[in-house]
Amino acid sequence: MDQRGFSAGLKAGFSIAIGYFPIALTFGLLAKTTGLSLWEATAMSIFVFAGAAQYISLSLITAGVAPAVIILNTFIVNIRHFLMTASLNEKMQPDARWKKALYAFGITDESFSVLAIQKGENLRTSFAAGVITISYGSWVLFTAVGHLIGANLPEFLQAAMSIALYAMFVGLLMPSMRGNRKVVSLAAIAALLNSLFYFTGWLSTGWAILVSTLASAVIIELIASKGGKS
Amino acid sequence: MGSWIWWTILGMAIVTYIPRAVPLTFLEGRELPPAIQNVLRNIPYAVLGALIFPAIFFIQDNIWYGIIGAAAAFGIAITGANVMIVVLGSIAVLAVYSLFI
Repeated sequence: MDQRGFSAGLKAGFSIAIGYFPIALTFGLLAKTTGLSLWEATAMSIFVFAGAAQYISLSLITAGVAPAVIILNTFIVNIRHFLMTASLNEKMQPDARWKKALYAFGITDESFSVLAIQKGENLRTSFAAGVITISYGSWVLFTAVGHLIGANLPEFLQAAMSIALYAMFVGLLMPSMRGNRKVVSLAAIAALLNSLFYFTGWLSTGWAILVSTLASAVIIELIASKGGKS
Repeated sequence: MGSWIWWTILGMAIVTYIPRAVPLTFLEGRELPPAIQNVLRNIPYAVLGALIFPAIFFIQDNIWYGIIGAAAAFGIAITGANVMIVVLGSIAVLAVYSLFI
């Protein structure tokens, strides 16, 4: 079992906190211009904690869309997390269901990526708690700050920081790709499929990520098992 | 905003939590068939491919931010630098770029 605990988790999650900083700040600002109070905007980040869904909800609120439709849309955008948490379950130490129910709240695209890509097996619950605490803290804190100051970062910094989360994904993926054709193929096929869905507009973002990920994982597994290699 | 915003937030919170919590709690202590386990182990790498492409190119309206940012991220990552260096290095490259345009 992997021995790393809470403080190692905080450290591993630090790049998520940096990446969330500009996005949460902008969310707070946009929420203010949409008409949400400081409490409403911060509460959304506290209770929902889902970047893409929160951004979409603001544009739907502005458009005067009914709450039920906003909620349905949120669900659809986040369906991909079924796949991620099912995968993460294989990676985590067995633990009491209430503890898993607790940290499940903090699984985002980013915290999933950081946890799932760790070298060790059977990650400790406290390690996941560390990754989530620092990510969640950044998200909630900077939502409130964005609303309070009502202004954005200097434009050059805002633009530069928008690469942060993608750079993190690249930094997480690269070491596993080294000399591992299976990993390269998995990432490449999912990337191609997702790009196809994006440019043709066949699927919305949430579905596109779900379908391209699952398709790539299944295709590569079929090829690998046929080749007699695991 | 009226009280409806609070109901909306509550609803969003519930439907966001379900896909996160159901697999982690329901699958606890259950052994899945090996084929399914293998597919689930493939998911992280596939997810990263889909999360990076094509979105990395569209971080700003000006596509050059995406292209230069992606080149910087891959360029730094290929040297074996840790994730934090990749993140800060890519931000620095784009900050310099945006000061020049």
